[in-house]
Amino acid sequence: MIPAQFDYVAPTTVEDALAALAEHGDDAKIIAGGQSLLPVLRMRLNAPETVIDLGRIDTLRGVRDDGDAIVVGAMTTHHDVLTNDLVKEHAAIVHHAVTELADAQIRHRGTFGGALAHADPAGDMGAPALALGAEFVIAGSEGTRTVPASEFFVDLFETAIGEDEILTEVRIPKHTGWGASYEKFVRIKHQWPIVAVAATVRVEGGTIAEARVGLTNMGNTPLRATAVEEALVGAQASEDGVREAASKAADGTNPPADLNGDSDYRKHLATVLTRRAVAKAAGG
Amino acid sequence: MTAVQDAPSQEIGRDRRRKEDQRLITGRTRWTDNITLPGMLHLAMVRSPFAHATITSVDTEAAKAAPNVVAVLSGKDFGEELGACINAWPITPDQKAPGHSPMPADRVAFAGEIVAVVVARTAAEARDAAELVDVEYDEQPAVIGIKKALEDSVLAHPDLGTNKSALWVFDSGEAGTGSDVEDAISKARSDGIVIEREFRQQRLIPAFMEPRSVVVDPTGEQMTMYSATQIPHILRFALAATTGVPESKIRVIAPDVGGGFGGKLQTTPEEWIAWAVGRRLGRPVKYTETRSESLMAAHHGRDQVQTLTLAADKDGNVTGLKVHLDADLGAYVAIVGGGVPVLGAFMFNAIYKFPSYRFECQTVLTNTTFTDAYRGAGRPEATYAIERLMDDLATAVGVDPLEIRERNWIKHEEFPFTTVAGLEYDSGNYEAATARAKEVFGYDELRAEQQRRRDAGDRVQLGIGVSTFTEMCGLAPSRVLGSLDYGAGGWEHASVRMLATGKVEVVTGASAHGQGHETAFSQIVADRLGVPFEDVEILHGDTQIAHKGLDTYGSRSLVVGGEALVRAADKVIEKAKHLAAHLLEASEDDLEFAGGRFSVRGTDSGVAIQELSTAAFAAHNYPEDMEPSLDAEATYDPVNFNYPHGTHLCAMEVDTETGEVTMRKYTCCDDIGNIINPLIVSGQVHGGLVQGIAQALWEEAVHDEAGTLVSGSFVDYLLPTAADTISFDVVHTDQPSVCTTNTLGTKGVGEAGTIASTPAVVNAVVDAVRHLGVDDIQMPCTPERVWRAINSGGKGGSTEGAAMPHFGDDGGGGNQEMPGTSSTEGAGA
Repeated sequence: MIPAQFDYVAPTTVEDALAALAEHGDDAKIIAGGQSLLPVLRMRLNAPETVIDLGRIDTLRGVRDDGDAIVVGAMTTHHDVLTNDLVKEHAAIVHHAVTELADAQIRHRGTFGGALAHADPAGDMGAPALALGAEFVIAGSEGTRTVPASEFFVDLFETAIGEDEILTEVRIPKHTGWGASYEKFVRIKHQWPIVAVAATVRVEGGTIAEARVGLTNMGNTPLRATAVEEALVGAQASEDGVREAASKAADGTNPPADLNGDSDYRKHLATVLTRRAVAKAAGG
Repeated sequence: MTAVQDAPSQEIGRDRRRKEDQRLITGRTRWTDNITLPGMLHLAMVRSPFAHATITSVDTEAAKAAPNVVAVLSGKDFGEELGACINAWPITPDQKAPGHSPMPADRVAFAGEIVAVVVARTAAEARDAAELVDVEYDEQPAVIGIKKALEDSVLAHPDLGTNKSALWVFDSGEAGTGSDVEDAISKARSDGIVIEREFRQQRLIPAFMEPRSVVVDPTGEQMTMYSATQIPHILRFALAATTGVPESKIRVIAPDVGGGFGGKLQTTPEEWIAWAVGRRLGRPVKYTETRSESLMAAHHGRDQVQTLTLAADKDGNVTGLKVHLDADLGAYVAIVGGGVPVLGAFMFNAIYKFPSYRFECQTVLTNTTFTDAYRGAGRPEATYAIERLMDDLATAVGVDPLEIRERNWIKHEEFPFTTVAGLEYDSGNYEAATARAKEVFGYDELRAEQQRRRDAGDRVQLGIGVSTFTEMCGLAPSRVLGSLDYGAGGWEHASVRMLATGKVEVVTGASAHGQGHETAFSQIVADRLGVPFEDVEILHGDTQIAHKGLDTYGSRSLVVGGEALVRAADKVIEKAKHLAAHLLEASEDDLEFAGGRFSVRGTDSGVAIQELSTAAFAAHNYPEDMEPSLDAEATYDPVNFNYPHGTHLCAMEVDTETGEVTMRKYTCCDDIGNIINPLIVSGQVHGGLVQGIAQALWEEAVHDEAGTLVSGSFVDYLLPTAADTISFDVVHTDQPSVCTTNTLGTKGVGEAGTIASTPAVVNAVVDAVRHLGVDDIQMPCTPERVWRAINSGGKGGSTEGAAMPHFGDDGGGGNQEMPGTSSTEGAGA
């Protein structure tokens, strides 16, 4: 599996990276952790003339506290997200999901921003980011702009990032004290989820006060189950208490059908996994 | 003379760490792809994307003009020197088999078939140029799947006039080994139990760790082929037989080979093309496949539809078994492709005393990758069928599945026992293996827990699966192979060379590809000759060193190759004894040999065999009636197969809400006779179990209607890792039933785990939900199939829909249509 030949540039600043992108345009591809791009190149599904490596831009790495939000640099590896205390404390659902993401080798190479920009609907980071209402900071030649999660995921492998832009960081509003659970359904461990559900809730006195629910691989983009979230408010924090709300999880979705399951099966899974995830997140 | 050192302690039975592992695991060794020769060129293959098409034209001009390309050749550029891929086992005299050119010039019959080869100075340049070869195809209708093939409406090879290749039949009534099965079935219909089932053995991909690789070196007097193969000797013979090069001019080397599982028991188009190109250009050439090519074009395994009728009396005593197999050969009849399902003919009756038996195997051709041996080869399929049926019979009678087996199995005091399929089982003790397995497994406690969960209506139900398997291994007595029209024998060769310094070189014709031959064979020789383990070197896999052999497959290396080794070693001892008597000035009758030393009884006088080795080298003083050499060789042809057996018990938890299946416990008690190295045995059993479990739960090669392999990468062909398995209980009986037809009393173990585990797992899954009305779930038992079986009956449906894409051809961030997204069947919303 030998990729076609390509030129390689490794800028050390976002400005240089943007300049390289402007110079090479359509013929360039950005590489972050390379966990999706390299297989594509090796299987010769794509043959860009230039690969722009963001790996040497130190400012894109790390997690910082920014008042009512935490900010995750796009080039922060999954492993660094997994072991970060700010993420654990203020965005527990991201922490739970990243523990389930691929394996240790991939978590040490793959990046938070790279996974989100790749926008595989079966990727594990989309649903948690969507559920928490993350904001995506995108740099372009005209400066930076911020895109809400609800507008970031456009379609299968398509995001709001323009051809001449780079995702630099993701702002995640703090959900301190919220319970969380990521229920990922797979047949073997290193598989993409057939369906996964990211649930995070705030419980007050045994009932759910607020809930956020994201769905993985239930359509062309990660989805937010807003009907479930609304129905959960006031529900008892137990599996039975959330059962009716969770039954709405697949409403309006159009999940894929493949070797691992038809659409109707995925819809069924979504409701079961939502119930389990919410109940677990609520401590019930 | 005195002994140079103390005799080593007994090696056989020691859990020696494998001496080959450091180099194999670190990769600092000679894998074929590591071999680099002066001036070597690299090959890339151009493969058909169509399952069935005529080749209209091949335009190689652009590829030839690419940088550092030396040659671009298509099928029409070769003549007879290209040779042919052979079928060594025509199962019937009238078998229909298409000619199998390594690179057809006119028509391709499966997606992945090679239509051109590019030769360049680097592998990358060859790959780049391969994309520039412009092949025009006229696509033909393709026949995919056994049932379609049987209709004969679309033909895989129109010239043959049919897709049906051969029908092979064994009937106990006709053979005189039993009574008529139809009588038994009709009697059971009126006054007994008849169980009729159709089971699907899905197609699997061997998925060895090291992709196939071949280097051809035409330099010098002999042409050398290095290949990642299980069968260097058969490969040499086939090259000679089909390419016009005399056998004496061919050297084949299988260097360290990274796994095979039967998948490298093949003579491949890639090897033949590399051979032809190397000869044509007079330059060394190398070809190493990509993983995608390996999954698509290396031979696949299994792929049968089994139609089964089991007849029994009301108490569950089986009176007859009728088996009809339809087996998918793929596009060509590969080296033993037709023979693999026929091997199963002797195993459907398994450990049981069936009075009547009929077996039919219809092989069919389709426009898919050709199929051939995969770990177990015919025997897992047979074991699956009968062990599933015995569970169904237990349900019909209303007794425990182990009880129904005991009513039918051969009692330990009844050995040797001639089965209804005509084999003589020499030894076995099914009672002992079952008792030990039950005890370790905690069978009664788990049954009680199962009942509690059923009574409580738990969301997660527990099932217990049984598989009391046997297999025939140690392929094979040559006369038996002859009677089955196989094109070669089943003997094995070994030689023992006593070196001047007293060290020992052992040459074996069994060519290892990860099994641990070097360690186990060293242990055998160390004990036999009484020399230190460290003093023994095992040489194999090079026809210039190991000139005779029939290679490694069918759990044969220890039981056939090991016996050849023992016999060669014994000849060395005989020669050494003669020399010892001469040097000690004693009668041979007064010598005893123990711990590597010949001693004159009742005296202190003696000499070590390693000293005799030096004495023979010096040759200053030796008897006139012998040559100055202790070296010896032996060719051993087994007189019978051997029959390891075991009881495997599996507990599976099934989440009835999602269909998710989780292994709770797995215990196997294998009786494999005497054990040379328990650690190697344990490794073989563990790996074998995982491969068998993988067929039950995860792996399936799926082609779409056009013949494209949908599960064409490990994203969709679900190969398990250690993370997906549990820790197995691997135990053995205290008093093994030793093999009576070899000196060491050993039985094969390389395939046992794979053969036994698949039905144990599926039986457990079905057992967990049988009370919900489920009596079969098609393999692999995906959560979706289990869920559907629970909710809507049936076997859970077939595998359809395209593979899930995860890698956009844009690599992320861009905007493009993804290939391979299927329609959403059954979508609501």
